[in-house]
Amino acid sequence: MQEFKKFSELFQPAIADSINSKLQSSHVDIPSILAKEKLDFDDFIALLSPAAEKYLEQLAQRSHEISLRRFGKNISLYAPLYVSNECINTCTYCGYSRPNQIKRRTLTVDQVRKDAEALRASGIRNVLLLTGEHPKKNPIPYLIDCVKAMRPIFDSVQMEIYPVEVNEYHNFLAAGIEGVTVYQETYNRAVYDQVHVAGFKKDFDYRLDTPDRISEAGIRKIAIGALLGLSPWRFELAALGMHLKYLEKRAYTSALSVSFPRIREAAFYLPPEHNVSDKEFVQIICAFRIFSPDVGINISTREEQVFRDELIPLGVTAMSAGSRTDVGGYSGPSESTEQFALEDIRSPEEVASAIRAKGYQPMYKDWDRLIEAA
Amino acid sequence: MNDQLKIGGRDFASRLMLGTGKFATPELMANALEASGCEIVTIAMRRVDLSDPKDDFLKYLNVDKFTFMPNTSGARDAAEAIRIAKACRAATGSDWIKVEIHPEPRYLLPDPIETLEACTQLVKDGFTVLPYINGDPVLARRLEDVGCAAVMPLAAPIGSNKGLTVKEMIAIIIEQSSIPVVVDAGLGSPAHAAECLEMGADCVLVNTAIAVANDPVLMARAFKQGVEAGRSAYLAGIAAPTKGEAIASSPLTSFLENGNARV
Repeated sequence: MQEFKKFSELFQPAIADSINSKLQSSHVDIPSILAKEKLDFDDFIALLSPAAEKYLEQLAQRSHEISLRRFGKNISLYAPLYVSNECINTCTYCGYSRPNQIKRRTLTVDQVRKDAEALRASGIRNVLLLTGEHPKKNPIPYLIDCVKAMRPIFDSVQMEIYPVEVNEYHNFLAAGIEGVTVYQETYNRAVYDQVHVAGFKKDFDYRLDTPDRISEAGIRKIAIGALLGLSPWRFELAALGMHLKYLEKRAYTSALSVSFPRIREAAFYLPPEHNVSDKEFVQIICAFRIFSPDVGINISTREEQVFRDELIPLGVTAMSAGSRTDVGGYSGPSESTEQFALEDIRSPEEVASAIRAKGYQPMYKDWDRLIEAA
Repeated sequence: MNDQLKIGGRDFASRLMLGTGKFATPELMANALEASGCEIVTIAMRRVDLSDPKDDFLKYLNVDKFTFMPNTSGARDAAEAIRIAKACRAATGSDWIKVEIHPEPRYLLPDPIETLEACTQLVKDGFTVLPYINGDPVLARRLEDVGCAAVMPLAAPIGSNKGLTVKEMIAIIIEQSSIPVVVDAGLGSPAHAAECLEMGADCVLVNTAIAVANDPVLMARAFKQGVEAGRSAYLAGIAAPTKGEAIASSPLTSFLENGNARV
């Protein structure tokens, strides 16, 4: 059997240096890259480079055409459900960071069920379970109970939780998890070390190899991502693209998707030092779509409503809608502080209408729990 | 002329099947189905809520008019495909099933080993089974042997619009099959569909090329015409193309003309 090298073994400082030097190159021929059927990694870097900026409309058209063929005129809808904001990690960019004096809360499994039912009543059928990381307040057996409580209510349950071991992912799969999201946050090792001040999350390589473990457990969907604003963004996305291509071989049977949310100002955050403009954000979406025609591209409610609507034909495949980022926010009054401020506060049906207005069909359901083993 | 397509003991006048994914609206899907003249439609079970009569898909599909062929899209192995097939039959009462097992989510290419296993079991369970397969003539015969109602070899990867990239293999499947051959996936234009019918395919299935066209209804009609033209040409008998000029001298047979040949 083929033995794969872990991504952490490949993604060494020499690779980072080589990505950075490629990003400096100005000798790139964007029109000929756009005419290619399959792009290599250097082509992808060229599409992220400043040289591609003046071809933005051409990038958008190519991206639109590829997306139409592969995904049709459909956009999937999902929403997050936070079960706990208790966290032992100290991360400079996150509202849930340990030193922050915020209202902390962990739902009981019954409260999770109630919140899930309220979310389901809004029309949402695909849910993303989220939590902070706290070995006592939200340990793995508790999260598995949450998944089991949510499973009968939704068509698809995915999760974005702290990284765990292969056998633990396997237990989540058995409980009914369809997909797992894990953002590296930043692929820049030095910055990673600075922003993750303390806690389990400080281990860069363990987090970097998490998608390998998710795949090894046989989980169907893997979402990876980088938070934009922590370090020079072109490098972050080049590294994310490299990780994606690695996983296309390593995780042959998993559907892959990417996210690259922009950090916003909110309580406890500083304004991002490495701002990404709307134009650059569009360039990033198009570069990913053209580089990887099949990758899912998720856009959260961190982006503003008008901007989100304009992104629909460009290559986006899934959007969150009607989101709450406080714990228990769907079923009761807000008793906890949210993780980040939302820019798009429309209900699922309002987002669905906006999708229809763009000539696309909102897709509430694209999975069925009957497919999984009982 | 009575030229019916026979599948699973039923007769169909149309040789075009349609997929229902990727459309901009359910209304547009319904109008395209109508314009295509198709009688058999496939629908992904994971996309619809068969228990909900208000489901967006089901609301727009005329259940009396079409033969529904649910598909097992999303299944990664035989066990999952069988589970989907049984759930579909329980919900719809129809025993037609398009077996689609793709272990990888990028090209959505069918797994031949799991497909044969699932089809063997589903035929035994009384389903009318139409498997989606690669252009593999041996597999097509194995599936015929276990009792499939038709085989559905791909022309090219789903959504690629590339046309008959595995034409030689499909020609062999057509030559060797005693069950209908439905060319499925990758057909990008009515000309591609006509080409399949001209070479003797019994039917084609189209989705992406219609769903994402600027005018899906007009494109559905164009595919209907392409399929009809291809079928008529096949029935009429297409003359073989000429191979160039007549040969002036006959170096291999001139000895027959030298007066010594026995008559």
